[in-house]
Amino acid sequence: MIDLIDVNKHFGKLQALIGINARFIEGECIALIGPNGCGKTTLIKSILGMVIPDSGDVLINGKSIENQFEYRKQIGYMPQLGRYPQNMTIGQVISMIQTIRTDVKMCDTELLEKFSLTEMYDKKMHTLSGGTTQKVSATLAFLFNPKILILDEPTAGLDPLAADILKDKIIQEKKNGKLILITSHLLDELDELITQVIYMQDGEIVFHKNVSDLNSETGTTRVSRAISQILKTRIHETIS
Amino acid sequence: MKQLVKFILHDILKNKIVISYTILLALFSWSVFSLEDTSSKGILTMLNIILLTVPLVSILFSTIYIYNCTEFVELLLSQPIQRKKIWISLFTGLLISFIVAFILGAGIPILLFVPIELAFMMNSIGIIISSVFVSLAFFSSIVTRDKARGIGISVLLWLYFALLFDGIVLFLLFQFAEYPIEKLMVGLTASSPIDLARILILLQLDVSAMMGYTGAIFKDIFGTTKGLICSFTFLLLWILIPFLFSLRIFKRRDL
Repeated sequence: MIDLIDVNKHFGKLQALIGINARFIEGECIALIGPNGCGKTTLIKSILGMVIPDSGDVLINGKSIENQFEYRKQIGYMPQLGRYPQNMTIGQVISMIQTIRTDVKMCDTELLEKFSLTEMYDKKMHTLSGGTTQKVSATLAFLFNPKILILDEPTAGLDPLAADILKDKIIQEKKNGKLILITSHLLDELDELITQVIYMQDGEIVFHKNVSDLNSETGTTRVSRAISQILKTRIHETIS
Repeated sequence: MKQLVKFILHDILKNKIVISYTILLALFSWSVFSLEDTSSKGILTMLNIILLTVPLVSILFSTIYIYNCTEFVELLLSQPIQRKKIWISLFTGLLISFIVAFILGAGIPILLFVPIELAFMMNSIGIIISSVFVSLAFFSSIVTRDKARGIGISVLLWLYFALLFDGIVLFLLFQFAEYPIEKLMVGLTASSPIDLARILILLQLDVSAMMGYTGAIFKDIFGTTKGLICSFTFLLLWILIPFLFSLRIFKRRDL
């Protein structure tokens, strides 16, 4: 569904992405992990066309996204830090996006109700807390039943209750056969969701594995343990 | 795209600054025309408003508005909308607001008090000058991400075109008075939208004698229909080029 072919991107002297090759297929839930500044968000943004790669290509359903925009109909994006027009209310932001998206008739308002955002429709965006802003972002990402969901640190800033609601929603969408791309530092949280792991460092993909393979290789049952074990052995290798 | 322009217009309206600008323009132009005993004096005062105040307000408000729209633009970019359309909608929204503000504030009193031919000229110049400086605002807000620097560039551009440019022309005129530089001066004028506009209006006013040495040359070159078309084309280029430049950068920009 998504193919990344030798994607490179630099910001000034910093090489943010180096020769990224990957393929994501529907029905998978892929965790994108790695230390801060390793290029996760840049990778996500280049799929969305918000960052334009220096070289290489991103294909969605086999078609290059260069100078395209229609493909974004299939993507729901939840940014790490949702930034919204400050003087608009929640209701105005949501209805604005709805009027722009004339292609979708049936909106998925489940999260809107579960997060009880409907009661806060008249609140201005600049008065919202970080968590509530995240709830708005999550709602917008799921609103139009996209085939691909890209979630950048979805649970950061959410209270445990809201994080659970969101997690249930992600699991439900995974069952519907959607492709889900998720970045997070909270590995424990991801355990029940993910089917594949991509580990990035310094703009490169270190490994891209199925969770089952990862667990059997390292002899653990939890993704978080498996990854920390791999990292430890890698550090050992580089020292010795 | 129509929807986007509508959202932007609604937002600018809610902002109330453009409304206040319209009211101030109206107050000023009505008082100028009713206080001055001869309309030609009033016309000259209006000319100064069109050439100094209108550009300043257009470029400053637009620059700040474009920076404040960053979040709006970011939100739209993750939706299936062409980048080009977002930027053009923003431009159209600002253009419409400033053109309507000018017509309501200054255009109507000008039409009422000034001889009709000149009134049309002043109106079109006012509309064009508003558009030129909105377009320049797009230029200065795209060349840097730093808001303070962007606004600074806008202020400098206004200072340059409104005040400095005249000084440079005068300086050249005195320094090279003994050489045949008439053609050069005309060419130089084309490189400042405010000067182009001023000359267009002064020619209509028939006070080109007041423009001294170069006035006669300007009359020769700009006075004919061909000259008129020529200078209008230059002014249109002043609207198009800064905006198209910013559009080009915006299309490739990382967000």
